Amino acid sequence: MLRTVALAVAAILAAPAALAQETIKIAVLGPMAFVQGENHWAGAEMARDEINKAGGISMGGKKLKIELLRVDTNEIQSVPDATNAMERAITRDKADYVIGGFRSEATLAMQEVAMDNKKLFLGCGAADAKLGANVEKDYARYKYWFRITPLNSPGLGRTIFAVLGDIAAQIRRDLKKEMPKVAILAEKVMWTEALVAAAQANLPKMKMEVVGVWQPSPVSTDVTAELAAIDRTGADMVFTILSGPVGIVVGRQMGERKMKAIAFGINVEAQKDGFWQATAGKANFLATLDTYAEVEMTPTTVAFVKAFKERFKRSPTYNAGTYDAIGLLKEAIEKAGSRDADKLVPVIEKMTYVGTGAILEFDKAHDPVWGIGKDTGIAVQWQDGQKVPFWPGQVKGMKPFKLPGM
Amino acid sequence: MLQDILVTGLVNGGVYALLAIGFSLVFGVARIVNIAHTAFYMLAAYCFYTLLTRTGLGVAASGAIAVAAVTLLSVVCYRLVIEPVREHEAAVLIATIALGLIFQELMLVAYGGSFLGIPSAVEGVVSVAGVSVPYQRLLILVVAAAVLVATWLVLYRTRLGLAIRATANDLEVANLMGMNVHRVAMATVAISVALAAIAGVAVAPVFVVDPFMWLAPLVTVLAIVVLGGLGSLKGSLIGALVIGYVEAITVFALPKGAFLKGAVALSIMVVVLLVRPEGLFGVAFEEER
Repeated sequence: MLRTVALAVAAILAAPAALAQETIKIAVLGPMAFVQGENHWAGAEMARDEINKAGGISMGGKKLKIELLRVDTNEIQSVPDATNAMERAITRDKADYVIGGFRSEATLAMQEVAMDNKKLFLGCGAADAKLGANVEKDYARYKYWFRITPLNSPGLGRTIFAVLGDIAAQIRRDLKKEMPKVAILAEKVMWTEALVAAAQANLPKMKMEVVGVWQPSPVSTDVTAELAAIDRTGADMVFTILSGPVGIVVGRQMGERKMKAIAFGINVEAQKDGFWQATAGKANFLATLDTYAEVEMTPTTVAFVKAFKERFKRSPTYNAGTYDAIGLLKEAIEKAGSRDADKLVPVIEKMTYVGTGAILEFDKAHDPVWGIGKDTGIAVQWQDGQKVPFWPGQVKGMKPFKLPGM
Repeated sequence: MLQDILVTGLVNGGVYALLAIGFSLVFGVARIVNIAHTAFYMLAAYCFYTLLTRTGLGVAASGAIAVAAVTLLSVVCYRLVIEPVREHEAAVLIATIALGLIFQELMLVAYGGSFLGIPSAVEGVVSVAGVSVPYQRLLILVVAAAVLVATWLVLYRTRLGLAIRATANDLEVANLMGMNVHRVAMATVAISVALAAIAGVAVAPVFVVDPFMWLAPLVTVLAIVVLGGLGSLKGSLIGALVIGYVEAITVFALPKGAFLKGAVALSIMVVVLLVRPEGLFGVAFEEER
């Protein structure tokens, strides 16, 4: 009798340990009070729920559940806040992996903290090429960094010039202008410098005339002087390189001034659903690079975008690439049969991962490899309140790009 | 290019003048450096946005309610935060910085960091000397002019204005003459914040509404009032136009240095502080009073 009771007590005591499932902790770092952070978190939540619902990550006969940590970096306002957040996530909250980041300056600083701690850091926001260059320069230290989204700035440049070439061809054909005039309007921050230099060098080779470069502050609330100057040059295109709120100001004030020039480039604010409202409906025909639309960039894009919209009642921005980051991590852990970052790095380096925004393969800098059919991003244009995808034209679901007045 | 600079500088100067007048007034007559001044402008913009987009009220009603609500809030803030420390200028400075940051964080919590847009009250553009100017910006110029005239009339043609000027001239004597100096200071703060709120409502449709929209104008407004002379309304107007033109010239003459336009404005402020610490019209205003 006594033996039976003892066994029963032992069984009860042992039960929680047996039932407790191993988890992996992924810290999602982003500016959580802002759209970028909201998308970081939303993408990660979707990935966690889907993977956990399907049983978790298989590793050595075990099933690992994903536990997410929501870490507000406040990086839009403060780089030190971002590094503190990374430090806290790794040392206090004991995160196994870190994903996210948005502002290049902050992500570079956070990269240092993650590398100090040998933590796998999957970037989902910053474009600065230096993040990848660090890997090439000092592989032993920076090998734990991989960029999931967006492309690095040279990669973004390749896409931009490809789209610009197509738009210029349309201007030549429809407006009968052999040498379209382009004004470069780039906010004055680190990540835009390489793109501005590349545009100045490449556009004349592409038979486009650069009429000038204007560089407002990323938080400028007024660009009327810049736009008046651009108007005066007779520009056919305004090549925008903007990630801050000035992108809204540009869209709105170009519309208010009824400028004939078409705006295309990178305008992060224009990627958001709220852009049309924020510009009070003035940004018709403005175009930007983007990542997600209901087009078949990969076999999983349309399903992901639809599911995201249904769950969060808005379209995903590129920061929702945390979904792909977690999916890639799952596949890497399953392939390596280990959760050890040093064992995961060589596996990820050799992987071809079919994500929702791109088919990911990594180069020596641990940057996604650029290529039509792999990872290019897409281009979208605001047409009467709708964000319409138009590039790459060969992808199923793309629609025509429109010039004002045509 | 000259006409571009002339028109753009005038229009932008009008926007700045609208913001600078209230800031200058509260310092000039009540000796309160209200760093939260542009935070009240931000609150008015949010209030206007909320009423306009979520209640279905018209532009005029939304604007009037926003201005009234923010002015009322400023009176509460004055009684609770500024009045108890008013004798200590440094404490007032710190208290108003804290107020501004609290308002910023509250808006961040309530609305998130998204950038919001307000439709223009008047749509369309007009060509002035070959330069396209949206009607909304011309409206701001008109509002700025009307506000300047109204403020002058209140200060120089009413009993309240007389009391405000007397208190500013000599607080002790005004107190001994039986004036309620605290009430006068409160009225000054209310008028000043009402001006900021009017600016918020008028300017919001051409800018972007976000929790940090009060910071950039704060720096510009500081440069303007230092340039014009702290406390001088005439100085604020001229300072605003000077800064508007300096920014326009910077952008037109140095396109790649457009981001420097704020720095150029601040450099002017530093030079004025070194050469003429009282500003362009500081002395004249003292005599005027």
